[in-house]
Amino acid sequence: MSASLLQEALDDGRFTVTAEIGPPRSCETERLREVARMLKGYAHAFNLTDNQAANVRMSSMASSLICLQEGLEPVMQMTCRDRNRIAMQSDIIGACALGVRNVLCISGDHQTFGNHPQAKNVYDLDSIQELMVLRRMRDEGTNWSGETLPQPPQLYLGAAANPFADPFEFRVTRLAKKVEAGAQFIQTQCVLDIERFRRFMQMAVERGLHERTHMIAGVIPLRSHKAALFMKNKVAGMSVPDHVVERLRRASDPKEEGIRLCVETIDEMRSIRGVHGVHITAIAWEDIIPRLVTEAGIRP
Amino acid sequence: MIIAERKPLAEVLSMLEGARSIAVLGCRSCTAICLAGGEKEAKETCEAISLHSELKGRGWEVMTLTVERACEKEFLEPLVGFSGTVVSMACGVGAQVVQEMCPDARVVPGVNTSNMGAPEGMGVFTEKCTGCGDCVLHLTAGICPITRCAKSLLNGPCGGSQNGRCEVSPDTPCAWDQIVRALEMQGRTDLLETNVPPKDWRPSRSGGPRRIVNQEARPGEAENEWRGKA
Repeated sequence: MSASLLQEALDDGRFTVTAEIGPPRSCETERLREVARMLKGYAHAFNLTDNQAANVRMSSMASSLICLQEGLEPVMQMTCRDRNRIAMQSDIIGACALGVRNVLCISGDHQTFGNHPQAKNVYDLDSIQELMVLRRMRDEGTNWSGETLPQPPQLYLGAAANPFADPFEFRVTRLAKKVEAGAQFIQTQCVLDIERFRRFMQMAVERGLHERTHMIAGVIPLRSHKAALFMKNKVAGMSVPDHVVERLRRASDPKEEGIRLCVETIDEMRSIRGVHGVHITAIAWEDIIPRLVTEAGIRP
Repeated sequence: MIIAERKPLAEVLSMLEGARSIAVLGCRSCTAICLAGGEKEAKETCEAISLHSELKGRGWEVMTLTVERACEKEFLEPLVGFSGTVVSMACGVGAQVVQEMCPDARVVPGVNTSNMGAPEGMGVFTEKCTGCGDCVLHLTAGICPITRCAKSLLNGPCGGSQNGRCEVSPDTPCAWDQIVRALEMQGRTDLLETNVPPKDWRPSRSGGPRRIVNQEARPGEAENEWRGKA
């Protein structure tokens, strides 16, 4: 039995689409609802980020609930940066009570990148330990300390993987550790360096990981060569080949070129063994998602 | 050793409002080695405070004294009974023990105590240990991920590790990159395959202020009797 619609789609072997929604920076509930209505039907599930880049935003749990109310399937992201194991388990029980099923377990961007660099970080758990704790709650029906949960949470657990971070060989080992800890689906960092991603997937397939988890490849539409350069130089753990920057720089209409590039990347991802879907991150450009999904021919 | 750095003079001076008799206390242990609060730095601070007093007509009496280890009471005997202001160039531990030994004095910090670390090169000091109370160095090739990873991760580098550098700063090596490479060199990559479960933080600061009792060093019954404390 599936815990969620996302799990159902992936377990059915459908090429699955997830997309990212950045919650608003204040109580702009109506704006979030508008984005949700606009995107409804264009992805199997939508990730609600957890204070992404360590900037304060509406909580991922509240945003997930608003998406649920609008008829979208949420993936609630939960970082290890801001919560200890008590708050995590409590939030999971709360989120489940509200109808959230998909949870993405991540370390989280370090607070020095955000608007509160003075903050104390938590990191009581790391993302792998977070998976271990949530899986125990679901499968063993106890909290981490072993106390019985009369009604355990129903969860579909995910994690992130970054094939473009170093040390490269360890990245597949770390993916295996996440699968071992309970990750049922994996969303990767945005793929712009397709060659490196192919090598990563080949190594993952050699270890049989694609049969133990569902791999969802990250894709991103870039608006300009400046956006590409920013990703290359300023975003930790990104690999942006020079030919991508050049292609956008030379284009007469960089935005259109960015969309073409993203659709091509989605096509490439569909041809890679072990890839079960794509995750679209269109930062502050969410209204392009319907067109991307339609042009790539992957609308659910 | 404990790493500290000097507070800016202006900040130290701002703590001395209303003072009359001032003793600048240096320590010959950790803060001397990290060039923050040894005899030399204590003398410099003493001279600077005297000069300020003269120029501004404060009328402060300033003297300096450097002890072997400010965190051990026996070395602080010369200060007992002092009731003026002590500018402590010792670490935060030393400053508190000085206050215990001189309850009538006002102890102000002349340094910012930072961490437990080691000299890395001339004038460079790097944090190495957080004192988490449950050492895992045998699993991590002798490199502490609790201290040297910005996120204290226990299961490998986060997605921000690139070219051996930490996402937080290009000046900071990624501790997990170092651990992975060291374990490869030692032929112990098997350690990287195992999931490390959530850590017990009770032996760390999360269990409240810590107190360690070494029973072997405690006076036994016979000794207590001999000392008349039985």
